[in-house]
Amino acid sequence: MKRRDFIQKTAVSSAFLGLGGLSLSSFNTLNTKHLTVLHTNDVHSYIDPFPANHPRNPNMGGVARRAALIESIRKENPNVLLLDAGDIFQGTPYFNYYGGELEFKLMSMMQYDLATIGNHDFDNGIDGLFTQLPNAGFEFVSANYDFKNTIMNGHVKPYKIIDKNGIKVGVFGLGIGLDGLVDKKNYKETVYNDPLTVAKDMSRILKHEKKCDLVICLSHLGYQYKNEPDKICDTKLATLTQDIDLIIGGHTHTFLDKPTVIKNALGNDVLVNQVGCYGINLGRIDFYFEDTKSVTSKGKSIVV
Amino acid sequence: MVKLKNYNVVLKHFVLLLTFTSLISCAEKKYTVTRIEGKQIAITAQNSEQTQIENFIKPYRDRIDKDLSLVLSNAPETLDKSGEWQTPMGNFLSDITFEKSNVIFQLREKKSIDICLLNHGGIRTIISKGDVTARNAYEIMPFENSAFVIGLKEEQIMEMVNYIITEKKPHPLKGLTFTIDKDNQPKNILVDGKALHSNKIYYVVTSDYLVNGGDNMLFFKKGVEKYDLDYKLRNIIIDYFKENKVITANKDIRISKEP
Repeated sequence: MKRRDFIQKTAVSSAFLGLGGLSLSSFNTLNTKHLTVLHTNDVHSYIDPFPANHPRNPNMGGVARRAALIESIRKENPNVLLLDAGDIFQGTPYFNYYGGELEFKLMSMMQYDLATIGNHDFDNGIDGLFTQLPNAGFEFVSANYDFKNTIMNGHVKPYKIIDKNGIKVGVFGLGIGLDGLVDKKNYKETVYNDPLTVAKDMSRILKHEKKCDLVICLSHLGYQYKNEPDKICDTKLATLTQDIDLIIGGHTHTFLDKPTVIKNALGNDVLVNQVGCYGINLGRIDFYFEDTKSVTSKGKSIVV
Repeated sequence: MVKLKNYNVVLKHFVLLLTFTSLISCAEKKYTVTRIEGKQIAITAQNSEQTQIENFIKPYRDRIDKDLSLVLSNAPETLDKSGEWQTPMGNFLSDITFEKSNVIFQLREKKSIDICLLNHGGIRTIISKGDVTARNAYEIMPFENSAFVIGLKEEQIMEMVNYIITEKKPHPLKGLTFTIDKDNQPKNILVDGKALHSNKIYYVVTSDYLVNGGDNMLFFKKGVEKYDLDYKLRNIIIDYFKENKVITANKDIRISKEP
């Protein structure tokens, strides 16, 4: 009895000590915070690096290298948000042989936080995607695909709010029109809703109702379509919305020299980034925050 | 003992109090972005590998390698995907899909294929100069699509021509040739070198993806006949590699543009 009391007491006081330690360290850095957003898109089942004799991407990419890189960045700053903008599946025999099992397991090992759904993620049918969900230790966000009448119902959220060391980050997903791109027998009863309308709603909810410090759109809409100027894409989305801070894109396999800075509907800067495909690059966006009350200068500096 | 218990209660309350105050202060706090730095990090051979990940992948890789690493053929030159109206890869794939599907179609239906049309976006990679393996076939055509033959009337062939001109993509095409004039209109539309006939049915081999409306090739939906060849496009490539020791692309012009 006495022994148990003692153990309880010790547990309580050490918990107290632990808490004290935690709060002390967080009080130290209360006014400035640093969040690192890392991202990939259109990895398309590329798990091994390209061979040394590949004419386009010799020796590039590879999951084991990406994992080491992410690990070293996490050591530098533990406040990492790791995101993927879709088309995880399809492109190498790894997908034909294992149906996406290895892709999801490796992303879980690298501690991906969120992914959105690309058109090729339907390639083994919506049932094929559903089958692999138990291998994903991360979640999926898509705000404009309505999965209500499909097997994926309840497994995809429109958005997710993640608290990273006191920074409230709202991430919502957007998917591309499926008709004509994905065989109907694969996407079944998935309903595609207008991404622009959905994005306006989502960003308002996340920024104003949920009071997020940062709003990220994880998009598989594509960067830009020069032959189809009316088609919705990431750059158009940036111009026509407000309250989005960062659009991480995919689908068009666009290699950019650096993230694009675009003025939104209110004249504020939005970053749009995409890092090509096949895991050749890792995107890195660092956000530095200050306590709103102690911010003296207006505006922010963007270094790209 | 009693004293100690009381101490515990105080301690607990203090912990609660601290938790509440820190919660309240967190809820009130809003953060503003003051600086953003964005960049792209290339993943190259300079990056070290995480052993744990590499070891995890190995058994998955070994099983695939056993099947796919066998050298089937050789490409003296790289077949790439570049070109405005036709590409080496597109010519190669449309030619071999035409040829291998035609053998089956003639045997089964006693009819001949007139045209092969695939989609440029469906060619996922190039054939690099050097050894060619079954792995290349997977990378070129990772999708599980199979060959379908659709019987089309003259009007749909015209729709096909106009679709190609509007889309401005070098879709793989064999059997059909035409010229785009200065006003962006088609002329000299020929199938196997002959002008179109209104009473003929043209047999076009393509993929089930396009038959079902993929890439908005809606003319396929107006087909008057439809045959499933039950032959995967990837297996067509693998079979061709096995039977041909040298892989090259035909360079003949299928679509020409007047300047």
